[in-house]
This record gives sequence, C-alpha cells and structure tokens, in this order.
Amino acid sequence: MSVNALPKISRDLLVTAAFGLLIVVMVVVAAVTTESFLTQANLTNLLKQMVTIGLLAYGMLVVILTGGIDLSVGSVVAFSGILTAGMVSSLPIPAAMAVGVVSGIGFGLVNGVLVARFGLAPFVVTLASLTTIRGLAFVYSEVPIAPEDPAFFTLGSAMAGPIPVSTLIMFAVFLVGGVFLTRTPAGRSIIAIGGNAETVRLAGINVRRHVVLAYTISGLCAGLAGVILASRVGIAQPSVGVAFELDAIAACVIGGASLAGGKGSVRATFGGVLVLVLINNLLNLYGVQSFWQQVLKGLIIIAVILAQRTNRVRA
Amino acid sequence: MSLSLRNVRKSYGDVEVLHGVDLVGRDGEVLAVVGANGAGKSTLIRIFSGAHEMSSGEMRIDDEPVHLRSPHDAHERGIRTVYQELSIVPGLSVTENLLMGRFPRRRSGLIDWPAAHRKAKELLDAAGFGAIEPRTVAGRLTVARQQMVEIAKALAGEVRVLVLDEPSAVLAGSDLDALFDLIRRLKARGVLVVYVSHRLAEVMELADSIVVIKDGVIIETTEPSRTSEDELIRLMAGRRLEQIYPDRRDEPGETRLKVDSLSRQGEFSDVSFELRAGEIVGLFGLVGSGRSEMARCVFGAEPPTSGSGAFRSPADAISHGLALVTEDRKRTGLVGGMTVLDNIALATMRATTRGPLIDMPGRRERVAGMIDRLSIQPARCATMPVAALSGGNQQKAVLAKWLLAEPRVLILDEPTRGVDMATRVDIYRMIDALAREGLAVLLISSDLTEVLGATDRVLVMREGRLAGELRSEGTTEDEVLAHAIGVAA
Repeated sequence: MSVNALPKISRDLLVTAAFGLLIVVMVVVAAVTTESFLTQANLTNLLKQMVTIGLLAYGMLVVILTGGIDLSVGSVVAFSGILTAGMVSSLPIPAAMAVGVVSGIGFGLVNGVLVARFGLAPFVVTLASLTTIRGLAFVYSEVPIAPEDPAFFTLGSAMAGPIPVSTLIMFAVFLVGGVFLTRTPAGRSIIAIGGNAETVRLAGINVRRHVVLAYTISGLCAGLAGVILASRVGIAQPSVGVAFELDAIAACVIGGASLAGGKGSVRATFGGVLVLVLINNLLNLYGVQSFWQQVLKGLIIIAVILAQRTNRVRA
Repeated sequence: MSLSLRNVRKSYGDVEVLHGVDLVGRDGEVLAVVGANGAGKSTLIRIFSGAHEMSSGEMRIDDEPVHLRSPHDAHERGIRTVYQELSIVPGLSVTENLLMGRFPRRRSGLIDWPAAHRKAKELLDAAGFGAIEPRTVAGRLTVARQQMVEIAKALAGEVRVLVLDEPSAVLAGSDLDALFDLIRRLKARGVLVVYVSHRLAEVMELADSIVVIKDGVIIETTEPSRTSEDELIRLMAGRRLEQIYPDRRDEPGETRLKVDSLSRQGEFSDVSFELRAGEIVGLFGLVGSGRSEMARCVFGAEPPTSGSGAFRSPADAISHGLALVTEDRKRTGLVGGMTVLDNIALATMRATTRGPLIDMPGRRERVAGMIDRLSIQPARCATMPVAALSGGNQQKAVLAKWLLAEPRVLILDEPTRGVDMATRVDIYRMIDALAREGLAVLLISSDLTEVLGATDRVLVMREGRLAGELRSEGTTEDEVLAHAIGVAA
C-alpha cells in the first residue's frame, strides 16, 4: 500500500515514526561506530548538554506558535547566569538563582509588552534586546565570575540516580509545558493567535495578554537555562550563549513548527532537541573539527526539513 | 467561437468529483452555472481556467481539441477567470495591479508611469468602471471596487471567454448595475460569459442558458424562459423547498440591546436602535454604508467616538450575551490551521474548564452535539482541519462556535454570503428557531430578498447613518433600496 492510500491519521503516525526511527538510527550508529558513546560519562554529558537547548527550545516554541520569534534568549542566558554568580556573595544561593530566573522573566515581559502593546515586529524587538541584554551582561561584569561556594554547582551537577537533576527539570518543563499548550485555555489561545489573531480577539480572548505571556515564558525558560548552565560549568561568563537562539529555533523547525505561527508540537520539538544534541555529540566523538561541525549541522537541518516538506507535499 | 466540454472527469487522489460533464457554450452567450456548495462548480471553474487539469475527457474551442496545462495556457487562448477570492495586492496601486508584469517601458528600461496610468485608465473605462482612479492604493478601495479592478484586469487583451465566480457576492446597487451592463456589452461583442452564482434572480435575468450541476454531474440544461427560481432550487437541492423563509414571529419581548446615538469617526454616526427578545431585525445597506463597522463597534471590537450601547471589548460583549458572526469567515471567523473542534470551542474555552485544565471529554461532547444540531458535513469532522470543510459548512462551524456560548443577542453579518440555497434555508430555519426561543437577532445583509423575507423589521443604513426603519411585512425591495441610496421621500 502506498503512503497516499493511507488515511491521514496513520500518515501522521508514519511521519512521527520516521522521526523516531531517525533518532534511534543515530543512537545505534553512535553506539556501534564509537567506543565512547555508550560510556556513563558521555551519556551523562549528553543529558546535561540537552538541558540548555531544551529549555530554550520550549520557550521558543511558545513564542513561535504566536507567530513571533525570540532572538534574545542567548543573551538572557548570559545575563541571568552572571547575575546569579554575582549575587552569590551577598545572597543565599537559592535566592541568587531565583534572582537570575526572575531577570529572565523580566526581559521576556519587556519583549512581550513591546510586541503586543506597541505592535512592534517581534524580530526587531528581540534583535534589539539581544544586543541590549548582551551589553548589560558585560556591564554587570566584564570578567567571568566563579563563585567558590560548592553549593553553587549543585543545580547543574547533582544526579538523581543515573539522570542529572537539571535534565529532570528540563523534562518537567516539557511535560508541564505540553499540558499547558494542549489542555489549558491560555495554551490553546496562544496557538490560535498564531493561526488568526483577529478571530481570537473577536472570540473574547485578550490577545495582547497572551502574547505577553508567551514572551514571558520564553524569558523564564532562558533565565532558568542561564542559571543551570552557570551552575554546571561552575563559572558564569558574559560572553556565553552566543547564537543559542539559532539552535532553539532550529529545534522547533526540525520539529515541524511553522515560523508563521499556529503550528508546532511540543513532542516533535523535543525530538528536534534530541536530533540536534545527538548531531553535536556524534560529531564530537568522531573528532570532526568544530567549523566542519557547523557546516554539517546546517546541512543536516536542511535535509531534515526537506524530508518533512516532501512528506507534506505528498500528503 | 464556441467552448465545449465532453465527458470531463476530475479526481483528486482517489475521489472523483466530476463524473463526466458535458457542456456547450457559444459566443455572445451568458451561460449560468448553478449548484449547491460542493456540487463541483469550483472544480469546473478551475478546469476552465487551467488551474487544474482534467483527469479525462476533452475540451474543444471552435471544435478544436485543446489541452490546458496552466492558467497561462488558458490566458493565451483568451479564457479569463475572475475568482470569488480576490487576488488584488493591497499595497500596490490600481495601475500596478492591472498591469502587473506588462508595464510600458521607456527606452532606458524604466517603467513609463504616465503611460501606465493612461493604460490603466483605458482598461477601467472600457470595463465601465471609470469611477476608479488608477493611482489609488488598491487596498484602500472598498471590496466592491477591488472586485471591479479584478474584472477589469481580466479583460485586458483579447478575451473570448470570461468566467465569473460569484461576481455579485460583494456588489450592490449601482456597482451591480455596472457589472450587468458590462456583461451585456461583452455579450454583444461576442464573448462567452460563464456566470457562476447563487443568486438565482440574477441568473434568471442575465443568462441565456442555465446548467444545474449536482454531485459532479450536470443534471439539467435549461433556459430562463423554460424554468423558474423554485424549479432551480428544487433541482440544486434535490428536494422541494416549499418555503424558503419561515413564518414571521409574534410580538417581541423585552429589550435586549439598546444602542443610542452611537458614532465612530469616519465610519458611522448617530445610530440608535433597539433589539428585543424574539425578533429578527434586518440591517440593510450598500457596501460602504457602515453597517459592519457599526456591528463591530457595538460588539466592542472597535471603540466608539461617542454614544452609548457599545461594549468595552469583545469579552465584555460576550459576557453580556452577545455573539457576532462576522462577514469574512476566513479573516475573522475561523482559525484555518486548527481543527473543527478547536474552532467551535474557541469562544467558550474559559467557561469549560475543570481546575486549570480544559474539560476535554465535555468539550468534545458539546462540540459533537453542535455538529449534529447544525448538521455540519461530514458528520465526523471534529478532528478535521476546519479549512477542509466546504464554505457552507465552515459558516455553520462559525455559527456553532457562537451558539455554544448561548447568546441572548446574535448579530449575523452576511451569514449566507457564498452559501448555497439549501444551506441558506437551513440557516434561516435555525435563526427562526433561535428567535422563537427568545433570542434577539440582528441580520446584516445586502440581499434584499433575504433582508425582507427572513426578518420582522428592517433598518436601512446609508453613508453611516440610519436612513429608515421599515416593517418587513408588506415592504417591497424597491422601497428598501430607495432608502439605501437616498431617493426615498
């Protein structure tokens, strides 16, 4: 039976299955062709590396669903990290970390208000905040800050059995975030706004408030990612996180999200995160030079998206 | 010159939608194609225009077999199509829209703008739409005028066949007269006009021959002199419609909506009226009379400049029992990428939660009940994308969304535009039943027959003001129109 003859639902399943298969194949190839992939150290490392891009990708997905984009997340990662590290000397560590996360929420809120209340283009607003927030990170501290209190490292390095705590936090964000988008009025509204904002407005839903909420969620995720990253590395640098927003966008797009808004899935975005992280890890294990890694990553993204597109055209 | 189709079939995937259509059109003739939504009219038009290739069968022009592979092919052979969905680029001038791709050039290779505007003016004059200024930005024109630009564009060059898909849907009054004039002149010039319309009165007036298409086959070829509107409706629906409009309702109850001296700068001014429980009030006006703008303002979508009766926001209006079914379902009624379920549940999401979460089974059940009640087709469409439904069923989905909110006042803006007669009758019956249950209904329409037939009284707007209020019983269409264009005493 040809793909076309299948009813729509099972065709979607087929695409999902193909996606899952791709991930499985990458894992198998990695396990068979390298000695180090299946080692405890590498797998733990993989799970930890996933956290930053995973958190950013979920926040990005929420914004992309409204038809927007958030280019500022990489800078927020740097700012929240260095702010937290700087606060450690004067605040208890959990409070310092909370301050870092809250700074992300604040930046997201400002982005959201500029987009929703003043009707500015999301690309322009977040491009401006990308450079502003990066600048602020350097203004706060030109040099990296490395807190000495070992409790600072806990969040990023603690393990819960075989799985890092930070990875569990990221999984939780995806779980709760998935329920938020599929089962709550606010989540459904955010998706509908990306599809047709005027229809949503006339249905009595406050469009501006939901757009602000979307950017705030992205800011929250980026703030959290920055704190966890600083804790994992043990040192906060104002220069960290350059171009992280591009990986986050790539994860959403590989997961089939439409940059026009209204279309995208939490599960598939998580798949996109896995694909990206696996690509990185594999190329590292093969010892591919980092510039070639960038080239290959770009080509692989295009290949994945082309494959999806072909699928859609046939459907 | 003649155009004929012989045993034309068309399938999309495994589904055949045209099952062997035979059709002959001669030069200097208006050939009307009528049929219910989903009967195959649009597919037929796409085959004429070269947008879709037929799966089998033959098209002949002047007895010569032709094979149209693209819209460009059709254009080359003098076949022009004006679709119901406008393809105007709103940010460009009328001239640019008319001459796109074939601007007159100076020797330097740059566009010769004075010549371009002259040429655009000629095209508009030739079509009888000289009132449109070529330098205007197309998006600033009314929808009716945009439609005229579209038609003028189709007439550039040598035209032998003009296919018009629901051309009158957005036109009224003198604009409509201009269109009919144009069609008669084209006819006199020997052009074959294929006229697709739901408005049977027009079809009876304009057509030389009429074909009725139903379920992908032509079931009748006739002429106005040999048939009647009732007969056509019966053929299209496949059943006899004894009565299009329900009986009128009894005396209305208490006031449900009171609008007093409502104005909005540049759109309408000093509008006052009341809607009472159990009545259906028509609101008629030509395109540009401010009726839709007024309805949007009452609903809280746009703030008024002065007066009372408008709500602060759509949420405020909804919480007071208002519902607004807007004119343009694609732009303001539906979220095209979402499912039928999501669309129908959109306005009632907050009211149907359990804790922070939407009550999914309850929601599914309520939506299924609505799909059943309005007989939205196909019956198991809840998880389909709403864009996959036919036009009439999309309209029903918009209605379903608002009925779930259990409104006390229902404002319907052109609810039957582009909807076939059988579905229309369904909609009239449903509105009537709602009014009998105590709803107050405001029915905005530019269809004179409907605005009188389906209502108890009619408000007429002209140039942003209320120009009259008439009892529907015993009022003629001419009287309503006279108020709308300002010749009434």
